[in-house]
Amino acid sequence: MDLVVETKDLCKYYDDVKAVENLNLRIRRGEIYGFLGPNGAGKTTTILMLLGLTEPTSGEVRVCGYNSTRKPLEVKRITGYLPENVGFYEDLTARENLRYIARLNGIPDRESAKKIDEALDRVGLLEVADWEVGKFSRGMKQRLGIADVLIKDPLFAILDEPTAGIDPEGANQILDLITEMSQERDITILLASHLLHQVQRICDRVGIISKGKLVAEGTLDELGAEMIGKGESTIKVQVSELTPNLLQALKRIEGVREVESSGNTLRIKCAGDLRAEVSCAIMEAGGTILELRGEPHTLEEIYLRYFREGDLDARA
Amino acid sequence: MHGLRVVFWKELADHFGSRRFMILFLLICFIGMAAIYIAAQTIGEELARAPTEFVFLRLFTSQGGALPSFLSFLSFFGPLIGIILGFDAVNSEYARGTISRVLAQPLFRDSWINGKFLAGLATVAVMLMSIILIILGLGIRMLGFGPAEEEIWRIGAFWGISTIYVGFWLSLGILFSVLFRRTTSSALASIAAWIFFTFFIYMLAGLIADQISPLGPESGPEIWSRHERIKDTVMRISPATLFEEATTATLVPTFRGLSLMALLSKGEIPTNPLPLGQSLLIIWPQLVSLIALTAICFAISYVIFMKQEIRP
Repeated sequence: MDLVVETKDLCKYYDDVKAVENLNLRIRRGEIYGFLGPNGAGKTTTILMLLGLTEPTSGEVRVCGYNSTRKPLEVKRITGYLPENVGFYEDLTARENLRYIARLNGIPDRESAKKIDEALDRVGLLEVADWEVGKFSRGMKQRLGIADVLIKDPLFAILDEPTAGIDPEGANQILDLITEMSQERDITILLASHLLHQVQRICDRVGIISKGKLVAEGTLDELGAEMIGKGESTIKVQVSELTPNLLQALKRIEGVREVESSGNTLRIKCAGDLRAEVSCAIMEAGGTILELRGEPHTLEEIYLRYFREGDLDARA
Repeated sequence: MHGLRVVFWKELADHFGSRRFMILFLLICFIGMAAIYIAAQTIGEELARAPTEFVFLRLFTSQGGALPSFLSFLSFFGPLIGIILGFDAVNSEYARGTISRVLAQPLFRDSWINGKFLAGLATVAVMLMSIILIILGLGIRMLGFGPAEEEIWRIGAFWGISTIYVGFWLSLGILFSVLFRRTTSSALASIAAWIFFTFFIYMLAGLIADQISPLGPESGPEIWSRHERIKDTVMRISPATLFEEATTATLVPTFRGLSLMALLSKGEIPTNPLPLGQSLLIIWPQLVSLIALTAICFAISYVIFMKQEIRP
């Protein structure tokens, strides 16, 4: 049972709108999976189907081997869920809110008291445990949401936009917590987000969803490599002396699209992997290479690339 | 079952700790005091004239001057209690974003809504019980003796019927809270239903009766009785009418029936009090209709809620 999440040709239609179409998602045990897509791409719908809160139109969802549609209770027992815009009972304290969730999970009060303190301590809210949640800031509520997930000792956690609408420092705290969750407690995590640089920071693997379809999936390196295959790469070169001659020579190489320079450093955007051609051209132009490397793709570039393609498909 | 219990106790604690419960309770207490005040004025005279049976039941039904009896107070304001406790049961959880978090816990969806309904009903039952006990206690102090066994049973029946009646409005409130996503919409819809069933139904009943069987100066008694019958039938759509009829029969042991015939032939029928069983028999249809209305209302909200998509 290596796969925590497995969906087979999962579809969800609302009347004529295809919210999710033939989705085949596989998440392995222990990984942090980034589930990316713009708003309305079908991320939340997929999550609701994973939890058995919405029935798929067709296809199958399995979480840890349980069919979410037929055995939602088993799935919910082992899955923690932090919804987008998580809400709490505002007139109850943080501790009371968590106690309610613990009770719903059948944890007796004797055991839950310790767990609640532990979880609150973990997310740095132990000092305000007896405040009413109504007084909490957004970031505090999100952290309480993570404590809420931790309470039930899940095997698998679904976090829907955990950092949306939070200041950078708060977002960083939450991202660190998620990484710790994964490393210390060995919880498999599905992180749905549209905030790319955050996903990039902590995710092992990402899947990009657009209009209900999974358009790309893999580690960042794999996706980057795929992009080079599709003809896009960036090379960073540092030379000892930058001459106009050299620039001319570089621009003449077939496939080079753009050359940016700052000081002695050049960023060359080109089609395909042209590292060899670039180094030859520099030597021929009489330059000395101090450093040359293919720049890794940022997720943003990868992401935009898929969405540009998606737009083209839509127009065609 | 476990989930239902957890939800029930949590909701019950919420109800009793909430500000709106305090306001409601103050309102009810005030009504109870008013009832006792009226009763104190009228019962004293009656007792002096001739010791009557079932004095304690009079505490709930006697009216005096401008102030109506506790019974009519309850039939007007009972709906408000139910509506206030129920109108935002489900949609406020959407608004606060708690519903998807709670329903992602291992808990059947029906346990959640059932727990909410039962907690509301228990709150109503406790509230009504306490006010009835307050009235009884003040009554004992005022009269100097306690209620007879028959009176206790009748008051118990009255308590049960009132709880079901307020329970109907609670389930109507919950129904609207499932149907409308905004709490203001559900509150307005519930209030509209309350106004319709409590006030407009009189006009509607009169209108329909006039249409079907118009009354003229030469109308004979058959036309009159037909007119009244149609009016009664329409009125009984309203739970407020059912409640008034049912509670009158339980609190007034001499009450013989609701039809025009029973009212006209008052002189010919003996006026000795009926035993409780017989009184209940008279209002059996009203009782069943009240329970059915409550159950249907809740069943509809249950079905809609079970099919509803839970989106954060």
